[in-house]
Amino acid sequence: MTEATMSRPGAARGLGLIVKRELGVYFRSRSGYIIASLVLLVTGLLFNVDAVGSSSKYSADVLADFFKDASGVMMFGAAFLSMRLIAEERQSGTLPLLLGSSLTEGEIILAKFLSAWVFLVVMITISVYMPLLIFVRGKVSIGHIFSGYLGLYLLGAAVTAIGTFGSAIAKSQVVAVIIGGAITVVLLLVWMLARVVDGSLGDVFGQLALWDKHFTPFMRGTIALPDILYYLSITAFFLVLARNSLESRRWSS
Amino acid sequence: MIRAEALTKFYEHKCVVRDLSFSIQEREIVGFLGLNGAGKTTTLRMLAGLLMPSSGRIEIDGHDLLEKPLEMRWRIGFLPERPPLYEDMSVRGFLAFSAQLRGMDDTKAARRVGEVLETTALSEYADAPISTLSHGFRQRVGIAQAIVHDPALVILDEPINGLDPAQIVEMRKLIRSLRERHTVLLSSHNLTEISASCDRLLVIKDGNLVDEGTEATLSAKHGGARRAVMVTLIGNRKAIEGKLTQSALITGFEVRADNDGVVDVRIDITEPKPESLARELIEAGFGLRRLEPVTSELESTFLRLTGAKS
Repeated sequence: MTEATMSRPGAARGLGLIVKRELGVYFRSRSGYIIASLVLLVTGLLFNVDAVGSSSKYSADVLADFFKDASGVMMFGAAFLSMRLIAEERQSGTLPLLLGSSLTEGEIILAKFLSAWVFLVVMITISVYMPLLIFVRGKVSIGHIFSGYLGLYLLGAAVTAIGTFGSAIAKSQVVAVIIGGAITVVLLLVWMLARVVDGSLGDVFGQLALWDKHFTPFMRGTIALPDILYYLSITAFFLVLARNSLESRRWSS
Repeated sequence: MIRAEALTKFYEHKCVVRDLSFSIQEREIVGFLGLNGAGKTTTLRMLAGLLMPSSGRIEIDGHDLLEKPLEMRWRIGFLPERPPLYEDMSVRGFLAFSAQLRGMDDTKAARRVGEVLETTALSEYADAPISTLSHGFRQRVGIAQAIVHDPALVILDEPINGLDPAQIVEMRKLIRSLRERHTVLLSSHNLTEISASCDRLLVIKDGNLVDEGTEATLSAKHGGARRAVMVTLIGNRKAIEGKLTQSALITGFEVRADNDGVVDVRIDITEPKPESLARELIEAGFGLRRLEPVTSELESTFLRLTGAKS
């Protein structure tokens, strides 16, 4: 074979190959459908019991409660969807195939992350009939629905990136979901520290919290650039950590 | 041509491969021999670009693997000890995916997959899910993914592990056929097989290259083989021991069992052919029920080079 006939594939093509395969796995596998079904089922139940409830509420509050409930359920979904991304490759011995390909570790991690996130986005978007019911029967704006879903997608990206990192450092999927879940819980609960710590350190904790300050505006229909940047930063940070973890494998046994 | 220069690998403070240098000519099939923990797999993984050496240089067709690892990966095909297979995919789908992942466009990948299916005798199973294949066929798919992108160097780590005798014969033919397009470096625990499949052997011990050459040159260089036979004799144990002690054909022996006059003995012999020993034992009046070699020449040489005990 001559050098002219082979080259490093474009990053986009390589990413596309892995994303296509991974999405195929999610859509063909039982586990993908089980996770999606459970997320939608629990979201639907919470919508009826918590968001709609029996007491009278403003439509905007019902919608905000729906996004609050959906965000909690979706985080579980993201953690379980992402646990397999790298850990499964390691368990099944297929990681050398990816590491021996013409893709960088960063591209492999990005492709894996994108596949889980795209599946998550599809899964979350299916729940849109619930906000649309509120839209039809109550008084909420499309902008509020859009804002809530943007928040869900961004929060989902952050939790998926955390799960990808867990999967990159763990030897098994169970350990991966425990690591990803633990980091997510710590980042969720850090707002509690913000309430007991005074001064600028308390502010830092408050700003770090995954849900409290940054998701609440989305669920109330407000889109703010700092909140978008926060979720993008968390996503990028954990993807870089995952890439570094994968790269370090080339130096260790 | 593949050249490894002063390859060294530390895992934390433990040196697994030390100052290892060798070269492999184009279209040569070279076997990597060594005991477990000798550094074979570490070396193969470094050559495959999956592991970075602590120091040293790897050159493939004049290009430095460590300087441009991404650009070099398509020149290498690697079959790890456990074949990397996506079991949910069909053989054809998996091979096409593997080829595209290494930079082949769709058209070339489809053509090359067809060729590789022929080479590895997998055409009949092309559309079968990999999960339904037997161990032997999975191993073939593993080799197919290592060659599908037409690399210059094919590295096979224990390719005959777990295969039955018939599959080993088929695998030997397949490995020999790879030389038409590739340089092959393989490791194996099966000494007979590695000798039959390879043009040349590299013997590694404690991460160092102990020696290299053909089986014949290695055996000659290291003072010939130490040969041993297992013998089952009918007779009195003391008489047998007395005879064996006096025989000039024997350098040592060990009685392994004595069941009412049926005596199993392991005997180290000086001559390459054990017929003389058989004749001498029969002429001494013992019944000879069994005589079989227990070490091949390669095994003897290997044991001597690696310092292992038989």
